[in-house]
Amino acid sequence: MRVLLLVLCLFIPEMLISRTIVVAPAGKITSLKNAVALAKDGDTIIVKAGKYNSFNTLINKQLTILGQGYPVLDAGFKEECLTITAHHVKVDGFIVKNSKTGAMRDYAGIRLHHTAYVTISNNKLLHNFFGIYVSDSRNIQILNNECKGSAIQMESGNGIHLWKSNHITIKNNYVTGHRDGIYFEFVKASLIHHNLSEKNFRYGLHFMFSDDDVYQYNTFKNNGSGVAVMYSKRIKMTNNVFKENWGSSIYGLLLKDISYSQISNNNFIRNTTGVYMEACEEISISKNNFNNNGWAIRVLANCINSKFIANNFIANSFDVSTNGTLNLNHFEHNYWDKYEGYDLNKNGIGDIPYRPISLYAQIMEQIPQSVMLMRSFIINLMDKVERSIPSVTPESVKDVQPKMKPWKNL
Amino acid sequence: MMFKIAKYIIFDILKSKVLLAYTLLLAIICTSIFMADADVTKGLVSITTVMLIIVPLVSIVYATTYYFNAYEFTELLVSQPISRLHILMGKYIGISTSILLAFVLGVCVPIAVFAFSTTGLTMMATGALLTLSFISLAFWASTITRDKAKGIGLALMIWFYFAIIFDGLVLLFLFLFGDYPLEKAMIAIISLNPIDLARILILLQLDISALMGYTGALYQQFFGSGLGIAFSLILQLLWIVIPMILALKIFKKKDL
Repeated sequence: MRVLLLVLCLFIPEMLISRTIVVAPAGKITSLKNAVALAKDGDTIIVKAGKYNSFNTLINKQLTILGQGYPVLDAGFKEECLTITAHHVKVDGFIVKNSKTGAMRDYAGIRLHHTAYVTISNNKLLHNFFGIYVSDSRNIQILNNECKGSAIQMESGNGIHLWKSNHITIKNNYVTGHRDGIYFEFVKASLIHHNLSEKNFRYGLHFMFSDDDVYQYNTFKNNGSGVAVMYSKRIKMTNNVFKENWGSSIYGLLLKDISYSQISNNNFIRNTTGVYMEACEEISISKNNFNNNGWAIRVLANCINSKFIANNFIANSFDVSTNGTLNLNHFEHNYWDKYEGYDLNKNGIGDIPYRPISLYAQIMEQIPQSVMLMRSFIINLMDKVERSIPSVTPESVKDVQPKMKPWKNL
Repeated sequence: MMFKIAKYIIFDILKSKVLLAYTLLLAIICTSIFMADADVTKGLVSITTVMLIIVPLVSIVYATTYYFNAYEFTELLVSQPISRLHILMGKYIGISTSILLAFVLGVCVPIAVFAFSTTGLTMMATGALLTLSFISLAFWASTITRDKAKGIGLALMIWFYFAIIFDGLVLLFLFLFGDYPLEKAMIAIISLNPIDLARILILLQLDISALMGYTGALYQQFFGSGLGIAFSLILQLLWIVIPMILALKIFKKKDL
């Protein structure tokens, strides 16, 4: 009996603390704002299906807020929709839409400011200026959300925007119709994986000053300017797909001032330029597939000590191009479909080096109009002569051990 | 009457082994390129390179040679009450049909089998137009002179000019005037060469991503649009019609 009483005494306060508040259009509580006002830390709010106006609802308590049957939180283009400032909040299963657009302030569908241990999952963010906006936060999980922007250039902010945060996980999200799909600035030690970012106006993924981040299994497709990453260290980008980023000065992956990073097992397919590298240092690019790009790799002469190992270069118009005559990067064990050497000892490695920079690529560098002469007899002839007696192309850029057959399972 | 002459010529050519050899050569090149490489796009690139060299060469040389070899037959026809227009057009139709037949068997069939796509179809169409325009040029070269050696020499010169020298001159021109905006001028210059026109139409299919970069995007925009395709097709047709008209003019007044 005593034990039972003790157990009851232990549980009753627990039950009192963790209440569940239901919000429904025809119920006692009809808005999320009222529910938050009534709730205490640790409560659960369940929002039933329906349409709710939500003009910057502030969530400043530790709450679990669950939507049932995708209730709609509509900011009516007047304000932000949700702002979360408390720790340990979960927002799940909502349609968040119509945040205000503005030139002075970045209005967002869901804003997280100065918080930690927040989970934003299974939401649909439609027609917001910014989709999810995270600042000064840590240990945030952003999972399975769908951000669809207005698809009007002047009224689009970033899909998922992070500023000065760390330990963020962004997983399984879909972003389209925004300015930048996923935007990072000063974000450290974060993991971005299994996201799809397509048809955004500017970049599919854009980050600056964000060190020690990992990007895996993402797809960046047909974005206005591809993917741009700048001024960061120790980045790991693996198993991503960069696809169909077309147009002048549009890159599958643009690297500027990136150092000590690893780029491996990615697929670069049908981009104007697969990888563009400027002022990069100590980057390892290995086991990637470069298929059907205009320029597979464009590495400027101010990049040093980067290694290109065991990649496949197939059906690219140009494999490698550069702007200078000296290039201090290393190529090894790649498969080049344009390689015409032989392998006498049958060890699978070509006996003569391959020079990935063709004379024509160098000519194109100086006279872009000569693109009209591509694949003409005279160009082929000049390339052949240059390959056998190199005089104009950088002597240092060569793959001494080119593979005869493409790498499998990349 | 025109078609009757054409028919005689077709039967005559089909009996000769030269055209058979040409067909086989094309067929062997195309099939072996496709067989050697699993990558169809790469195969198409190689075939383009080969096609843009061999097809004009064989077309122009064969047509010129045949024209001179059948010179006595022409003289006989002229003595008959047949208009000279019909005689020359009959010859043209006869020769071009047989060479086109070789092209269809040697190139179109392998492409249709291994790489049936928009790119493949573009290659077939441009290759056929290229064949026709070089036969036209052959007729012009043959009517302009009476001497067989001179005629063939001229034909070879024409091929050499369009296949190699022209692009070299364009490259030189680009080097010299590279500082000026040459994009529009380039389109005009390119239309002065049927081989380049054919090459660019194929290029638009094969190297789209490269053409999207820097200045290429402009050409892509122009030649990729319906208007641009119409423009290049019309120009290719002009390259068939104009040399033929010139040849006819000469042939009508010529003292054989």
